[in-house]
Amino acid sequence: MKKLKLKELESCLQQVDTFENPKLLLEQYPTRPHIAACMLYTIHNTFDDIENKTIADLGCGCGMLSIGSAMLGAGFCVGLDIDADALEIFNSNIEDFELTNVNMVQCDICSLSDSMSDTFDTVIMNPPFGTKHNKGIDMIFLKTALQMAKTAVYSLHKTSTRQHIEKKAAEWEVKMEVLAELRFDLPASYKFHKKKSVDIEVDFIRFSAKKVLN
Amino acid sequence: MKLLTHNLLSSHVPGLRPGGGFPLRIEAAEVRVRPVPFNAAFVSRLVPRLRWDALREAAESLGHPSELPPEPLPDYEANEEFLRRLHHVLLEVEVLEGSLQCPDSGRRFPISRGVPNMLLTEEEA
Repeated sequence: MKKLKLKELESCLQQVDTFENPKLLLEQYPTRPHIAACMLYTIHNTFDDIENKTIADLGCGCGMLSIGSAMLGAGFCVGLDIDADALEIFNSNIEDFELTNVNMVQCDICSLSDSMSDTFDTVIMNPPFGTKHNKGIDMIFLKTALQMAKTAVYSLHKTSTRQHIEKKAAEWEVKMEVLAELRFDLPASYKFHKKKSVDIEVDFIRFSAKKVLN
Repeated sequence: MKLLTHNLLSSHVPGLRPGGGFPLRIEAAEVRVRPVPFNAAFVSRLVPRLRWDALREAAESLGHPSELPPEPLPDYEANEEFLRRLHHVLLEVEVLEGSLQCPDSGRRFPISRGVPNMLLTEEEA
């Protein structure tokens, strides 16, 4: 397989179609191509957790992270999301990109619990941050991801929640490493956002190794 | 839905016995076979983790029987023919329309345009 450069990956990801009518309650906003490309590039080059691996993308939306993983040589990717409309766009993205090693499952991440323990090598996700009447959903995603992954979980979390996540990681006996601090420029995709875009601080975190969940 | 996804997926209806909800029974209305680039290293890595009986059963239920031996061959890493057969069953055979049935609760989950819908209703969850 041809080695993809970071810039090439980013420009490919710019072709990924995203939400037509984002749903407020599901905190639907796409992972920006630039951020997605940087995340995936690090996961691939620094940790080798993509090539020939099985990967799950929780709350995959239109599939930005799954599609990028597939481009970097993932063995197989499964995107999981609750929203049929998002998965429909994901499906047409897969067709446009002619990717043959990606599947989707419609499900509620919050009800998976441990039904898919240790099923994937790597989980990569941009979970909802739990700011829209769904407080705590980020931690439910994280716990489920840790149960599903054999090797590592890569996730984005608001920097303001770092201490809480550190406490939980210690409790679950997982290693946690903040790989980057990002500025997330949430576009004004919802009508109630008055400003053009809202910057929030987000940590890109790797969680790894064995764990005592429950 | 490829059979690799099927091999990873279980029903999560609450109240199942531990390890329950697997394997989901496939009722296929439309199956597609589409070529996927063969990656020997990847398929070989998957072998020890697959739930082999469930995979064979699933393949048979779709009319792709006898292509897989009762157990993975001991020399599988070096056996390209075996890995190619496995690759075909895992990645090239896809269920486009149909349903998955939970072996314990009997609950059916529809598959539409290749995507299984595992959502439970509010009363179930």
